[in-house]
Amino acid sequence: MSKDNIDLGRRKALTGGVAVVGGIGTAVAFWPFVSSMNPSAIALAADSPVEVDISKMQPGQRIQEVWRRKPVWIIRRTPEMVKTLANLTPKLRDPDSSVESQQPAFAQNEFRSINEEFLVLIGICTHLGCSPEFRPDPGAEGLGASWQGGFYCACHGSRFDLAGRVFKNVPANKNLEVPPYYFLSDGRLLIGRTKEEASA
Amino acid sequence: MSNESQGLMGWIDARFPLSKMIKEHLSEYYAPKNFNFWYYFGSLALLVLVIQILSGIFLTMHYKPDAALAFASVEHIMRDVNWGWLIRYMHSTGASFFFIVVYLHMFRGLIYGSFKNPRELIWIFGMLIYVALMAEAFMGYLLPWGNMSYWGAQVIINLFNTIPFVGEAISEWIRGDFVLSDATLNRFFALHVIAVPLALLGLIVGHILALHEVGSNNPDGVDIKKNKGADGIPVDGIPFHPYYTVKDIFGSVVFLAIFAFVLFFLPDMNGLFLEHANFDPANPLNTPDLIAPIWYFTPFYTVLRAIPNPFGGFFMMGLAIVVLFILPWIDRNPIKSIRYRSLLFKINILIFAATFIILGYLGLKPVTAFYSQLALRFTELYFLFFFVLWAYSKTRSKSFWIGSFIVLLGGVTFYDKFMNSSGDDPSLIWKTWFIPAVYLMVTLLLPFLTKWDSEKEVPARVTS
Repeated sequence: MSKDNIDLGRRKALTGGVAVVGGIGTAVAFWPFVSSMNPSAIALAADSPVEVDISKMQPGQRIQEVWRRKPVWIIRRTPEMVKTLANLTPKLRDPDSSVESQQPAFAQNEFRSINEEFLVLIGICTHLGCSPEFRPDPGAEGLGASWQGGFYCACHGSRFDLAGRVFKNVPANKNLEVPPYYFLSDGRLLIGRTKEEASA
Repeated sequence: MSNESQGLMGWIDARFPLSKMIKEHLSEYYAPKNFNFWYYFGSLALLVLVIQILSGIFLTMHYKPDAALAFASVEHIMRDVNWGWLIRYMHSTGASFFFIVVYLHMFRGLIYGSFKNPRELIWIFGMLIYVALMAEAFMGYLLPWGNMSYWGAQVIINLFNTIPFVGEAISEWIRGDFVLSDATLNRFFALHVIAVPLALLGLIVGHILALHEVGSNNPDGVDIKKNKGADGIPVDGIPFHPYYTVKDIFGSVVFLAIFAFVLFFLPDMNGLFLEHANFDPANPLNTPDLIAPIWYFTPFYTVLRAIPNPFGGFFMMGLAIVVLFILPWIDRNPIKSIRYRSLLFKINILIFAATFIILGYLGLKPVTAFYSQLALRFTELYFLFFFVLWAYSKTRSKSFWIGSFIVLLGGVTFYDKFMNSSGDDPSLIWKTWFIPAVYLMVTLLLPFLTKWDSEKEVPARVTS
């Protein structure tokens, strides 16, 4: 073949065009693979609410339930426990529950609950997702004399008070999450829906 | 050519460059004649890789990657499968030994300057291998589906949650679910047994090809290619085979003896190689009392815990690894080997090694006020080390040393004043403040106060 008839400009344009189109095509072909790793339809569907009988709970007791496959705690606070909440404010990062993602609007109060006696929390630390320990006793071993009861995450040392509010200077920076819930009757709780959602 | 091979070898060589490859990489690959103890760990890493791949293949024949079956299938391997306990302990012991060998291999590179020009790419390939190995080990640790597997993976995947805006989407994508579940276990199995090992093999080939392109460094840091004989062969070089194959066989025998001892008598290394909480099946409602990653991750885990801010901690932990990638551009001193560097350089390296070990120890311990302060102090030392390493790249003025001393100690103190808090005992802050202070005094003030920064002349040829 004679070299004289080769149009180098045309060859360069064609090579470039093929590279660009091929590159885009290859990149798009990745999408099904990447997307296949997202939560599947069945994972998305697992969202049924849970009914809990709290009529037999003793003051100071905690029970554990599972909602959306996460641990959910219900704690029946004693009046002494409730009293600790008011004087902790200066030590807390978000005493007024101003981070909206961490509780439904009904729990945006000092007790972070509908009823000051019953605290409902998702038992997952807002730092890296361990399940904190329930340490209700003031001055509990290893937590220092100023400890007034609350939740302690042994993984990275985050501390929360008896309303799930996070202390300052610990790795976690958000309060423990309050799930949507409401009282079906005096002794029955429904976790997973707010009252408005349920009646809608 | 006169030495063209005959027979079967000749038949193959006409079709595939077999003899050529053997010559290039073994019998005519000239390595410096002065390799010492530290040069065992490259070949030992290859040996452990073979152990891991072999034992892994046989484990996959009995293991079930299903959240409902995984834990029981590991027990089945341990109890019912012929020699199953041996194969599994080989694999679990191999994982820890892989990191022991790789850390020593990396330390060798650090002290002899093996990452310096023209070996920057070898170092980067090596770092990629190290990161792939960490991913491989992390995903493998989930597979037994014990309670420590579960919560360890929970914590590490949730690290991505701390990335602003997209974090949660990323961690859901990694898990394939909103919580750690069967979907996660199944994909970690796929990644652990095929995806990452393939990547590892490719990276190792790149590491070795890059090494054989430029030639091996040595404990003197002398370039043997600068001094070639009439035959074009480096005078201080000896063919890798048989000289170093024999040396490495000796090393392998000693290594395998130690390996076998641990495998048979201490396979859990008292909770260090196999954590005791992992003998309980995964329980999504109950985190083990003390959750610590397996020992080879603990130095970086301590960095994570030392910073009281989720993304800050994650960022610094990532930085602690990223900074190693750019090591060739931090230590720019033309002298490669520690033998000819200054006394202060040696002190700095020793402190760094101690810092890494202390960080690792702290990562195994619960979080107390005292330990968190120590974690912060040694995290500071870890990063300051790289500044000092950079500073030692050339002769600096007195004002440079004083200036950087003031700025760095000021920075540490500023952090203590405004961001550091120690719970019930604020005095801990000042009691541990002396750790970075003394470190900076030694490394930044002694260069102009003493002669400890004087370097030795590098010989033209390797010594003995």
